[in-house]
Amino acid sequence: MAVVKNENGRDILLSMVKAVQDNKQYLGDVDGLIGDGDHGMNMNKGFTLYGKQLGDEKTTFTNGLFELGKVLLNKIGGSMGPIYGTVFMEMADQGDEVEEIDLQLFINMMEAGLEGLYDIVDARPGDKTLVDTLFPALEALKAAHTQGRDFPDALDDMVAAARQGKDSTKDLVAKYGRSARLGERSRGVLDAGATSCFIILEAMAGGMQKTME
Amino acid sequence: MQRILNNPDNIVDEMLEGFAKCHGDIVKQVITSEENTRGVIAAVDAPKAGKVGVVTGGGSGHKPAFIGYVGKNMCDAAAVGEICSSPTALAFLEAFRAADGGAGIACLYGNYSGDNMNVKMASKMAKREGLVVKTVIANDDVASAPKDQREKRRGVAGEILMWKCGGAKAALGGSLDEVIATAQKAIDNTRSVGIGLTPCTLPAVGHPNFEIKPGTMEVGIGHHGEPGIEVCPLETAAQMAKRMVDIVVPDYPYQAGDEVVVLVSGLGATPVMELYVLYNEIDKLLKAQGIQTYRSYVGNYFTSLDMMGATLTIMKVDDELKELIDMDATSVGFRQP
Repeated sequence: MAVVKNENGRDILLSMVKAVQDNKQYLGDVDGLIGDGDHGMNMNKGFTLYGKQLGDEKTTFTNGLFELGKVLLNKIGGSMGPIYGTVFMEMADQGDEVEEIDLQLFINMMEAGLEGLYDIVDARPGDKTLVDTLFPALEALKAAHTQGRDFPDALDDMVAAARQGKDSTKDLVAKYGRSARLGERSRGVLDAGATSCFIILEAMAGGMQKTME
Repeated sequence: MQRILNNPDNIVDEMLEGFAKCHGDIVKQVITSEENTRGVIAAVDAPKAGKVGVVTGGGSGHKPAFIGYVGKNMCDAAAVGEICSSPTALAFLEAFRAADGGAGIACLYGNYSGDNMNVKMASKMAKREGLVVKTVIANDDVASAPKDQREKRRGVAGEILMWKCGGAKAALGGSLDEVIATAQKAIDNTRSVGIGLTPCTLPAVGHPNFEIKPGTMEVGIGHHGEPGIEVCPLETAAQMAKRMVDIVVPDYPYQAGDEVVVLVSGLGATPVMELYVLYNEIDKLLKAQGIQTYRSYVGNYFTSLDMMGATLTIMKVDDELKELIDMDATSVGFRQP
């Protein structure tokens, strides 16, 4: 079974940073439809700050996640700072100081991220938030594990489920966050958080798969 | 957009520097970490040993809220966020530290998802440092959710009365539980509603991200342009006052014989002259219903950048709240001899 060597974190983290930077405008536009339009700007600011902080240094995947979470939490604020900050820092805690991350450990990390998030938000699947991306992503990983699929294939399943989950927010009505004030008017538009969560998971999975090649 | 700006991305930091320089007799900027170079705004003499620390915080763009309510017999410290965006958990934590006199922290803030999360995380971190933090979440905006979902309502200008009463209780030596109970009572007795006449513009964005068509007004609008109850043709001050009173009074409900504090705040770009025209009409309507005004305030107390419009806030007072409201206070946004 394939594993991700924790010491190869740099390329995974940088692919996440690049994905957010590349989608700054897109995320802003998605958010502008029913939110206040600053999601792309804020995410880009946080991930770019982390990228600069990392500089030319190597990092383990889990340390990188922890440092990225800290930057988002302590320097971005708003709603996305604590949300992504919590998810990444909880994920990092699960894999702290390990040498190799296998599918089971990655599932534990994702589960810890989601549970940490549930601890600070009331949103659950169906509420038109990033939970609609994160929850099915985790479920797909678990299913792949049960089916005995290899790690890289499980990551493919995760990305497909995350994409589907993100797309499902289009037909949902927002219950939390600023777009919740719009009620029915929020239907027909993607949720910005669910969209950024998909972009980040896709980049993370791609980066992890590359290190396993 | 014609604004007084350098780089719009730095507007919050530059505003804070100017604020601290101008009001050095009332507040100080406390910077304790490299990660939060903006620091927090604290009262000049904070922390006061043995006194409950009163803390608030929120996004910028609502001047004089939130930093304008830091001062003597008001809040001890405030965390500052980007425009219309919650302060970080670290900023709230640093505000707790700056206000901690050893008797616990009362964090009194508004019901916005970012603030809720960051205060929750800051409280967890504070607990690890041995700080005791309790919270009251303001929910005075009647238009933001039905009465049976009051816990979902946002906090707006009623927060000022919560800070005034909570701050006074702490100054009088109240315990943490007493300060929390008093602040909760103050906000439970308070209802607000806003009417917006124009949208507001985030300086870094450069154009409004919602619309109020010329010749119309939005009843029940939120401080960030959150949609209200109804969009209708622009009305006279008397008609606006009637709409506001008819939303706020029955919700509590305030009744004949009740004594109340009335606060009319501009949303940023409405001339204060017009706020008095509105207040005059509100006063007539309250008198006609037999509701007695104990104290009243008119001005730009809680704004939304350059939005035109106003909010009405009413708080029912008993003997305890009267004593607390009457107490002297010195903050930038609220001074009372």
